[in-house]
Amino acid sequence: MSTTTESVVSTEKRRVLFSRPKSLSDVVTHYCPGCTHGIVHRLVAEVIDQLDIEGKTIGVCPVGCSVLAHNYFNFDMAQAAHGRAPAVATGLKRSLPDSVVFTYQGDGDLASIGMAETVHAALRGEKITVIFINNAIYGMTGGQMAPTSLPGQVTQTSPYGRDIEAAGYPVKVCELLSGLEGVALAQRVTVDTPNHVRAARRAIKKAFDYQIEGLGYSIIEVISTCPTNWGLSADASMKWLRENMLPYYPLGVFKDIKAGAAAAGAAAAAGDANTAGDAGDE
Amino acid sequence: MAEKVLMKGNEALAEAAIRAGCKTFFGYPITPQTELAAYMAKALPPIGGTYLQAESEVAAINMVYGASAAGVRVMTSSSSPGVSLKQEGISYLIGADLPALIINIQRGGPGLGGIQPSQADYWQATKATGHGDGQIIVLAPSTVQEMTDLVALAFDLGDKYRTPVMILADGLLGQMMEPVELPETDGVELPEKPWALTGHGNSREKNMANSMHLDPQELEDSILERYERYLVIKQDEQLAESYLTEDADITLVAYGAAARVARSAVNKVRAEGISAGLIRPISLWPFSVDVIEQQVPISSDFLSVEFSMGQMVDDLRLVVDGRKRVHFYGHTGGIVPTPDEIADVIRRIAAGEKVNQVAFRSY
Amino acid sequence: MASDISIMLAGFGGQGILFAGKVIAYAGLLDGREVSWLPSYGPEMRGGTANCSVVISDEPIGSPLITNPDVLIAMNMPSYDRYIGDVPSGGVVILDSSLVSGYTPRDDVSYYPIPATNLANENGLRTLGNVIMIGRLMAATGFASEETLRLAIDKSVSARHTDLIEFNKQALKLGATWQPDSEQGAESKPGAGSADTESEMAGIGAAV
Repeated sequence: MSTTTESVVSTEKRRVLFSRPKSLSDVVTHYCPGCTHGIVHRLVAEVIDQLDIEGKTIGVCPVGCSVLAHNYFNFDMAQAAHGRAPAVATGLKRSLPDSVVFTYQGDGDLASIGMAETVHAALRGEKITVIFINNAIYGMTGGQMAPTSLPGQVTQTSPYGRDIEAAGYPVKVCELLSGLEGVALAQRVTVDTPNHVRAARRAIKKAFDYQIEGLGYSIIEVISTCPTNWGLSADASMKWLRENMLPYYPLGVFKDIKAGAAAAGAAAAAGDANTAGDAGDE
Repeated sequence: MAEKVLMKGNEALAEAAIRAGCKTFFGYPITPQTELAAYMAKALPPIGGTYLQAESEVAAINMVYGASAAGVRVMTSSSSPGVSLKQEGISYLIGADLPALIINIQRGGPGLGGIQPSQADYWQATKATGHGDGQIIVLAPSTVQEMTDLVALAFDLGDKYRTPVMILADGLLGQMMEPVELPETDGVELPEKPWALTGHGNSREKNMANSMHLDPQELEDSILERYERYLVIKQDEQLAESYLTEDADITLVAYGAAARVARSAVNKVRAEGISAGLIRPISLWPFSVDVIEQQVPISSDFLSVEFSMGQMVDDLRLVVDGRKRVHFYGHTGGIVPTPDEIADVIRRIAAGEKVNQVAFRSY
Repeated sequence: MASDISIMLAGFGGQGILFAGKVIAYAGLLDGREVSWLPSYGPEMRGGTANCSVVISDEPIGSPLITNPDVLIAMNMPSYDRYIGDVPSGGVVILDSSLVSGYTPRDDVSYYPIPATNLANENGLRTLGNVIMIGRLMAATGFASEETLRLAIDKSVSARHTDLIEFNKQALKLGATWQPDSEQGAESKPGAGSADTESEMAGIGAAV
């Protein structure tokens, strides 16, 4: 056998195993090492590629670390005022009912300043998908207490630890929204392990499917990291997430209009089938 | 000529908007503009339009932002306290160069204030409809017919210059009925909006609606580009009506409902031989600088009449620039001055008095 | 009648005050004149007093607010008390004498009482006391012809209530032809005739 022949054979065998999704721009992101935004951006882009909907997708990015998301996605994007992404998405979707509209929001944006817009978009059953990044802190402004910061969590604006007496309780968004009629899907996932990443991708796909089927409002809450403002390494952040956030914010499906309320409740209590095993590993 | 019908100002605004091709409305109830939203709620669904009562004024204006970004003709309406809440969204509309029609049927403020007619939001509308460097076009009708006529113009200007436009009226104009000739329904051609977020369809580069520029140079450049458009607007889009100004020693300057009262007062004193006239700015931004400038050599005195503590009078003073005397008379809080009160002020000015007064108190 | 006329209509919410004002304004419009109609608005709409100002003129109308109405149409006692002092000398006062009584008349204005509410109830025209008042106004001032007012009724009644048009026209006729000496049968019955004619206002403009 000549070397030439060998070369031809190896080219025939070569397959693309990993590439940048079409829906992601070829730019360097500003996210910190160990931040999970990059993973979630990729998952959203992969799902949009898979569904072949980038030509009719419009994303709405919030104020917060993902404020620059419009630079990273390769489809039409609107930047919204702080907390107002669900209202902007409502205006877009009502004007273009055949489009696919999603918001990408952080915890301060969605659950604090934008809680009214969030709850009412959900109550109206707006046919939009919400990707909710919960990392229990304000990242962009430098590490202040978020509506989802844990009891006792030290942040720049809770220097003695979050005092429930003074600052109130962290909000469990999926649990809250699962009680609302207009919600088609409310599921909490995380991206700390390959299995969890795959489960998160399936959840995001399902959320877009539900929108395309016209079932209502779908939200995927992604328990995420903020190594910079948590003051931890990338690796230690994942560990902190597992040890502190997952007990408070259990993974699972909190509402699935297709599965029915009882099944969704059971899944939430037991942890999602796709994620329970991984969670148990820790 | 179409048949004249009696319509409330609020309803005329709504019907005119629909006839101008606006089929998308987001709002929130507030007196004294509610008939407008109610009209839309009734009229839009049967023609396939979108009417949505938002959870708040804040949400409503951001829904407007989304719909405008999608490329449709869209509007919202409110009254003073509600417009304050919309200011955030208006600033974002300015920053993202998105057109939209915002109606303010003014009532007395500050705070919850009252619900009777007022013009106390002039500064807000013309100087500070939101944070940051930026303006919106502000049009002020003074009859129900003009409310009808200005709606199509407002949408067209918004699309032409890619800017939000406000129609600034008040509870008196919103609530009153007058005969109206409505515009024809057919023949509305909406402009192409290649910048709209409609999904790129894999056939063009992606579009973005965005007001954020973290690089100061990029932000300054974007603002300078917008102010180039503002220069054109200031030059080309001033609108005003002059009444008996050719020989007027005393020129009243008043807009909206106040101009109606001022006009009656001019008629009263003319009958007594006092040479008074009225300039009625229809565009408040751009302010009617040119027509006032032309009047400066003619008149010895200018009198601003407003339903406020005196806001537009500042713009009047800037134009007159100390060359002639500028007076002010107003009422605020929802009180509408009578033609007799204004006529009396004109007589005092004609007698040489300097007037800067609200109700019976000089300032 | 060619000169300007300003009319203040006032009464209880539910008496059809705003509707009556609209019919009067429409009559002016149909005669090719300038008109304005301005309601009171706000909390007082909710079951309390209702009033509206109508101006008919040959010139563009300045303020639609009336401080000194040429004509006061009062359909209850509080409204009469509130506005009678504003009517200038030589003015006209049209009263629903079913509900307005026991006042001391001014001697410098002309009074045209009519027991509108009772007449309405006695003639199967319940809730149309307001239109009977318009008939009385027409007879008293000649501000518009009966033909014009009949057309104005056609224009003012909302599409949902076209079955009431004929009753409105009967009420107009009744008010226009009623003579004071026939009043003996019409006693004061305060509180009568409170059905919601005002609800017709909700349909304004919907037909365009």
